[in-house]
Amino acid sequence: MKVSLEWLRELVDLDQSAEELAETLTRGGIEVENVENLNKGFEKVVIGEIVSLTKHPDADRLLVCAVNVGQEEVTIVTGAQNLLTGDRIPVALVGANLPNDLSIRKSKLRGVVSQGMLCSREELLLDDTIGLDRSADGILILPPTAPIGENFGHYLGLEDSILDLELYPNRPDCLAMVNVAREVASLTRKKPHLPKWAEQNQVLSLPVVRDFRIIIEDQELCWRYAGLVVEDVHIAPSPEWMQRRLKAAGVRPISNIVDITNYVMLEMGQPLHAFDRDKIEGDVHVRPAHPGEKIVTLDGAERTLQTHTLLIADDSQPLGVAGVMGGLYSEVTKDTKRLMIESAHFSSVSIRRTSRRLGLRSEASNRFEKGIDVSGIVAVLGRVCDLLIDLGAGRPVALVDEVRHLPSRRQITLSTEHTSTVLGIELKISEIRQVLEDLNFEYKENSGLFQVEIPTYRSDLEIEEDLMEEVARLIGYDRIPTTLPQGDQTQGRRTPEQEFRRRLRKVLAQSGMDEVLTYTFTRAESDAQWGSAKHQIPLLNPLREELGVMRTSLIPGLLDVAARNVARRNMDVSIFEIGNTYWGEEQPLKKLPREELRVAAVAVGKSERHWLNQPVSYDFYYLKGIMEGLALEFGLKLEFRVAENQSLLHPGRSADLYLQNQCVGFLGEIHPSLEKEWGLERAVIFELELSTLFKRIRQTVRAHSIPRFPAILRDLAVVVTVETSAEAVMAKIRKLGGDLLQQVEIFDVYTGNPIPEDHKSLAFSLRYQSIERTLTDEEVNLLNSRILEGIQQDFGAERRK
Amino acid sequence: MDLERVIYLKSEILRIREEALKELRELDSPEALQELKVKVLGKKGSLTALLRQMGSLSAEERPIMGQVVNEVRTRLEQAWEERSEELDAMALQKRLATERIDITLPGTRVARGHYHPLTQVIEEIEDIFLGMGFQIAEGPEIESDYYNFEALNLPKEHPAREMQDSFYITEEILLRTQTSPVQIRTMEKLHPHLPVKIIAPGKVYRNDDDATHSPMFHQVEGLVVDRGIRMSDLKGILLNFSREMFGESREIRLRPSFFPFTEPSAEVDVSCMLCGGSGCRLCKGTGWIEILGSGMVHPKVLEMGGYNPQEVTGFAFGMGVERIAMLKFGIEDMRLLFDNDLRFLQQF
Ligand SMILES: [Zn+2]
Repeated sequence: MKVSLEWLRELVDLDQSAEELAETLTRGGIEVENVENLNKGFEKVVIGEIVSLTKHPDADRLLVCAVNVGQEEVTIVTGAQNLLTGDRIPVALVGANLPNDLSIRKSKLRGVVSQGMLCSREELLLDDTIGLDRSADGILILPPTAPIGENFGHYLGLEDSILDLELYPNRPDCLAMVNVAREVASLTRKKPHLPKWAEQNQVLSLPVVRDFRIIIEDQELCWRYAGLVVEDVHIAPSPEWMQRRLKAAGVRPISNIVDITNYVMLEMGQPLHAFDRDKIEGDVHVRPAHPGEKIVTLDGAERTLQTHTLLIADDSQPLGVAGVMGGLYSEVTKDTKRLMIESAHFSSVSIRRTSRRLGLRSEASNRFEKGIDVSGIVAVLGRVCDLLIDLGAGRPVALVDEVRHLPSRRQITLSTEHTSTVLGIELKISEIRQVLEDLNFEYKENSGLFQVEIPTYRSDLEIEEDLMEEVARLIGYDRIPTTLPQGDQTQGRRTPEQEFRRRLRKVLAQSGMDEVLTYTFTRAESDAQWGSAKHQIPLLNPLREELGVMRTSLIPGLLDVAARNVARRNMDVSIFEIGNTYWGEEQPLKKLPREELRVAAVAVGKSERHWLNQPVSYDFYYLKGIMEGLALEFGLKLEFRVAENQSLLHPGRSADLYLQNQCVGFLGEIHPSLEKEWGLERAVIFELELSTLFKRIRQTVRAHSIPRFPAILRDLAVVVTVETSAEAVMAKIRKLGGDLLQQVEIFDVYTGNPIPEDHKSLAFSLRYQSIERTLTDEEVNLLNSRILEGIQQDFGAERRK
Repeated sequence: MDLERVIYLKSEILRIREEALKELRELDSPEALQELKVKVLGKKGSLTALLRQMGSLSAEERPIMGQVVNEVRTRLEQAWEERSEELDAMALQKRLATERIDITLPGTRVARGHYHPLTQVIEEIEDIFLGMGFQIAEGPEIESDYYNFEALNLPKEHPAREMQDSFYITEEILLRTQTSPVQIRTMEKLHPHLPVKIIAPGKVYRNDDDATHSPMFHQVEGLVVDRGIRMSDLKGILLNFSREMFGESREIRLRPSFFPFTEPSAEVDVSCMLCGGSGCRLCKGTGWIEILGSGMVHPKVLEMGGYNPQEVTGFAFGMGVERIAMLKFGIEDMRLLFDNDLRFLQQF
C-alpha cells in the first residue's frame, strides 16, 4: 500500500516527518518498507529571475548573470546562450543535490565567483511538457508567471512523500487510507478526522431501485451486493488533486467516474465497479460461470471461464468477472449516460482462485482476497455520492442493497491481570483503558475486566491474545522486560543419534575432508543412475527441471560439486556430505516417505604438494583408510567385499561394505565409462547408510590390561599370485597363530623384479606375546614355521628370501 | 732376585700407565677408547697379565705390588672416564654444529578438513540452547499439509499461506516451508509433560532463488511451553542467545509482527554487530538487524499440540541459519553457501 503523506495529512494531524512517521509505524507493527520523497533533488532549487546578463571579462563563451532568487540576488556564471534578461529559470543554489546526482558548490570561473547553477531539463530529469520552447537550447525557461523564490519542487507539485507499507496478511484494513489514518492516530495519540460520509450521506435516503433486481445465486460466495444507480452522467477528466493522489498510489487516472471508484477504494478499502446501466438487460445476477462460458474483459482479451468463476451477469450475458475485472461490453465510455456502481462482498477464496487462474491481479482483487468490511458496503456508496455531486460527474438516483449474510460484531473480554501475566509487564487498568481509547474502540470495564467492542474493519481481532498484542504494541514492545522462565530446570543434551552424527562429521573433517551441502532435489536421470528411479519422489512445481526429484543418493550432488570445482581449477577435491535421501513407497505418495540419512564422499586428485612429503593420492585406499578410521572410532567391524554394482564402479577397484552380513554401502573408483560424463578422472566415492551403522556402534569401551611379558617380533614375506587377497592370507595367519599371535600387520606389498610375473610379494609383521609367561625363541620359531607351511599349502606361496 | 723382579714389575706398570695415558690422549672415538680399555684392563689386558706374574712374589711384596697395580688401575679408569666425557662433549659439539635446518620451511601438514559454515553455525546455535536447558528435536523434511500449515493455524486458503511459496509433492504432501511443524510434532509426543523446551534445526524449502533467497535453506525453531511462560521470558532467552552468538554487548529489541501461529508476535532485531548501533551499511543506518521472528504460541496451536491453553502458555521463535551465517562471516551472496567452491569452504 502506497500512502501519500499529503493525503494522510488531510485525515489525521501529523507533526512528524515522513521518516519519523515510518519509524513510528514500523515500531507499531505496520512495516514501512520504503519512504519515497517525490521532491528529492529539488530541495535547494528555487525559481529565479535574470536581472542582468554581462559578458565574462576573461572568457568569450561565458556570461555572468545577476539572478534574483527572492530574498537576495546571486551571481552565477553560465555558458548557456538561450537566456534573456527577465527570464524565469530554475536555480540550483549552493548545497543542492540535483536529481542527476550533481552537487552544487561555490566555485570560481576564470576569476568570477559563481554562487550556484542555472539548470537545464536534462539536469533536472524533466520531460518537455515543462517550460517554454526556448528551453530546448539550454537552460529551462519557465513561464513569466512562475513565482520568484518559490521552491521548484513545490512549484511542480512534487512536495509529497510516499510511504510504502509492507502489510502482513492480518491487516488488510490498512489497504484503506482512512484506516491507515486511524492507525497513525492510535500510535501518535491524535484524533483522526475522517470524511464525514457516515452522517451526511444521502445514500440511505435514496429510493430503492425498482427496474431491476440483484439475484445472488450462491450466498457463500457473495454475502452482500449493493448497487447505486446514477443518471445525468457527465464523463470528463477528474480534477488535478484527485489525479495526483491516484498517481501517488500507483493508479492510472482514466476519467472522473473510474477515478472516483478507484479513489474511494483507496480511501475506504472497498473495491467498486461502474457498469454502463444501459448495457444491463433485465436483472443483475451474481452467479458461477456456465461451462464454456466466455467473456471479453476490459483489457480486450476473450477469456473462457471455468465453472466456479464468479460472474456478474445480466439476463443474457456476463458483464464482468466478479471482483477481478469488468467486461468490455458494459464498460463506462464517453457516451455513457447512466451508471450502476457496484459495492459488494465476494468470497476471498473464490476471488483468489479466479485471479490466479486468469493471471489477473489488481488493486481490487487484492482487497477482495484479503477480505473487506462487509458492513461498510453501503456507507462507501455514500462517499461515492458525495464525490459524484462535488465533481459534477452524475446524479445518484436509486440504491439497491441485497444482504445475505452480515458477520456479527465481535466482543472480546480483555483481562488486565491475564494480559500482565502473558506479557510479563505489570499493567495498570488505566493503561489498558488508555490503549483502548487510543484505538478508538468502545468498551465497558469492570474491575480490570474489559468488554471490548471490535470495530468491523478490524477483522483480525478474534481472541483475547489479539487484543494483548494491541496493548503491547501501543504501550510499546520496549516496555516488556527481560526475564527467564521460572519453571523446572531442564538439562540440555543431544540424543545419542545426534551425538553420533556430530562425531561422524568430526571424524571425517579431521581426516582432511571438506564438508559440503547440496540441494536435496536433483536431476531425475543422474539420481536414478546412483539411487532408485522406482523410489524417486517428483516435485509438482520444481524450480527448474534439473531440480525435479528428491534425491535417493547423495552421490550425484557430490560428483557435481567435485566436477564444478575441477572445472574451476580446484583440482584436488576431497569432500563429504551428511544428509537425507528420500524414498517414496508408492506413486503418487499417500503417506509421508521414508527419510534415510546417509554419508557420502567424493575424492579426486591428491593431497597438497609439500617439499618434504609425497602427496597422498586420492584413490581407493585413501577413502578405505578413512572408512577404517571411522570404523575404529565407532568400534564397528566393517567388512569390504568385492563389489556387485559394477556398472557404476570400476570392477577391479570397488568394494561393498558390510556390517554383520548386512550391506550398508559401497566404496570405489567410478567406472571409467562414466569419467567423461562427469568430467572427472579417477574419482573415488563412498556412500553409507547411517541408521544401521548407528545401531551397531560400540556403546562403551572395555579396557584390556597391558601384557607384562615381553613380545617377540617376526617378519614374514611370501610370494603369492596377484589374485590372492591379502585379507585371506592374513586370516590364515591369524588362525594358525592362535592366542599367542597378538597382532599381524601388512607392511609391504611389492610387484616387479625379481618377483615373477602375475605374482606379488606380501610382507607381514607378526607380534607374539603371552599374557601368562615369557615366550621362548624356540616356540615362536616353531609357530612361525607352521604358519609359513600353512600359507604355502593354501596359497601356493613361497617364502621370499 | 726378588728385588730385581719387583723393580722390573714396577717399571712395567709405569710403562703401561704412561703408554695408556699417552694413547688415551690421542684417541678420538668411543669405540677406540673401549678397545684400549680392553687391551689394558680387560681379562686378557696387559695390566691384568702383569698382575698374574705377581704370584711369584713373596708374601711381603705381593700386597705392596697389588696396591701399586690398583692405584694405576684407578688412575687409568679415571683417565678413561675423563677422556670419554671429553669425547662425548666433542661429539655433541660436532653434532650441534652440523645439525642445522631451515626453520622457515613449512612444517609437515596434517590434513585438516572444514565444516560447512552452515553446520558450524547450527552447532553453535545448538550449543547455546543446550546450555540453556533445551533439547534438540527433529521432524521430517517432507511434511503433510496438516503439520506444515493447518495445525499451525493456517487453514487452507489462509492468505498467510501466500507468504510462503511451497514445493508440493501431492496436494497434501509438501517440502516443509518452515521448521514450525516440529512444534506440533513435539507437543503431540510430549503432552501432557511439562516443560517443553526444544529447538529444532533443519532444512526447509521455498520456491525462490536469488541473491537473498535459496530454494533450500535452514532454520532453527524454538519452543517453550510451561505454566506461566511470559513474553518477557522470550525476550530474556533471546537476549542471552544474541549475546552468546553475536557478542556480550549486544542488545535486542522486539517489534510487533504477524505469524499465524503466534499471538502476540514479534520480530526481533539485534543491535548491529558491525557498528554497535550507530548505523552503518550492514544495518542500513538503523543500528539494528532483524534476526528472527517470534511470539507467544497461539492458543489454537497449543490446543492442536494437546495442551490446554487455559493452563499453559508458551513462546516460539524461528531463525534463518543462512542469514545468521551471512551476518557472522560477512557473506554477501547466499548462493555462495550452496555453490560449494572449495576456495570458499576452506576459509571456515
Ligand atoms: Zn551497523
